[in-house]
Amino acid sequence: MSVKVLIPTPLQQFTANQATVEVDGATITELLDKLDTSFPGIKARLCDDEGKLRRFVNFYVNSEDIRFLDGANTSLNSGDEVSIVPAVAGG
Amino acid sequence: MTLATQTRSTAAAFSGLKCKECGAEYEAKAVHVCEFCFGPLEVAYDYAHLSKVVTRQTIEAGPKSIWRYRSFLPVATDNLIDVGTGFTPLLKANRLARRLGIKNLYIKNDAVNMPTLSFKDRVVSVALTRARELGFTTVSCASTGNLANSTAAIAAHAGLECCVFIPSDLEAGKVLGTLIYGPTVMAVHGNYDQVNRLCSEVANTHGWGFVNINLRPYYSEGSKTLGYEVIEQLGWQLPDHIVAPLASGSLFTKIYKGFQEFAKVGLVEEKAVRFSGAQADGCSPIAQAYREDRDFITPVKPNTIAKSIAIGNPADGVYALDIARKTNGNIESVNDQEIVEGIKLLAETEGIFTETAGGTTIAVLKKLAEAGKINPDETTVAYITGNGLKTQEAVQGYIGEPLTIEPKLESFERALERAQTLGRLEWQQVTV
Repeated sequence: MSVKVLIPTPLQQFTANQATVEVDGATITELLDKLDTSFPGIKARLCDDEGKLRRFVNFYVNSEDIRFLDGANTSLNSGDEVSIVPAVAGG
Repeated sequence: MTLATQTRSTAAAFSGLKCKECGAEYEAKAVHVCEFCFGPLEVAYDYAHLSKVVTRQTIEAGPKSIWRYRSFLPVATDNLIDVGTGFTPLLKANRLARRLGIKNLYIKNDAVNMPTLSFKDRVVSVALTRARELGFTTVSCASTGNLANSTAAIAAHAGLECCVFIPSDLEAGKVLGTLIYGPTVMAVHGNYDQVNRLCSEVANTHGWGFVNINLRPYYSEGSKTLGYEVIEQLGWQLPDHIVAPLASGSLFTKIYKGFQEFAKVGLVEEKAVRFSGAQADGCSPIAQAYREDRDFITPVKPNTIAKSIAIGNPADGVYALDIARKTNGNIESVNDQEIVEGIKLLAETEGIFTETAGGTTIAVLKKLAEAGKINPDETTVAYITGNGLKTQEAVQGYIGEPLTIEPKLESFERALERAQTLGRLEWQQVTV
């Protein structure tokens, strides 16, 4: 159940400067926990104190915004690509 | 490229970047998001210093461009890119006002901004000046068209390499108006939000200056000049109400910031200004949140002729919502037909040919006026941000046709009579 995750620049300090990492996880929520196991501290940057995804970060599964899917409960399949992208861009 | 040959300006009053959400501070480099909370970074200024050194007179003595406000812009050197951007006309729109049943209406006309006929020249002039200061040699952007025009043109003038990204379905005039300057143009199969996401990823890996991504804190400050100019052109006064288009929401929030700053440093007397925003029904995530009383934005997939403001996932949407609410303004949306009518109304009453974003703004202005949401006596400024010659497809088929005649007096007289009869019929149809 390996998923490829694209890590944005501000978080690459957690991943030894790797721009992509491979992680397991059946949903986005699970993937966040697994990411934090491999790269301690990364989840706190992506989620607020209540564990909810921060409002200025976008998650995409195979290029689709998870808000058009199932949000944090969006299920993942082996080989999926998850992009984590800062929301503040463009315009 | 180094800063060694450039003169450091004594007027520079910006100190660094600050997260708008958590307040974390950063050096004034090419970064745009807070690494702790992903909030947007904004330029911080020393207002105490500015209030001492800037006066109405020092501004009035400056160039007739955005650079007369350079103390309030995030540039550190005197090596400015000044292509005559800004200081566009503020027109008293009496004929349009009468049609809408209001009295004190002004149009801020960035349809004639230089060099590429949209407000984007303001943000790009600032972004590319800063890009050079930071040592970038290639500049880029994610664009719905106007920004690509502007980035390509001003990069050409400044001698910077340029690669722009646009959705592949843009209007022909917007594409041609970029290609002519000779940049690399990537036409992406997808909507603006997809282009934007791709660019965020490219910005991660290539050392380019993306004006609206890693240079966004500097870029967005350029829009404040739309606030400053209106104050100065109204005789150093704030208006009562402004109406502006909403795409990412950045322009809206920066006009607000511009008004606040001039009040803060004593250049204008403080006054409450209402902020109203305009969106197209086919892409109205901010208007929907406003209507439903939400404080978060749900992204949408755009489907409207107003392509220049078709951003389904607006970065500054929550801030725009907040400003409209706290200033007692409104956020409205209009359909594509109303947008076309808005373009025609502005052209026929004021002689200004705007693009679809301007049509949206005028149509929303009309809707608000009809609903009694514009006080007839308040000084209202509608921001027209782009030029109609770039989006001709939008109005094709909705305007008249020329009367083709022979080079003979008789032929002319016959055609004129026919035109007048048709005009009368049209007039009767309207009144029935």
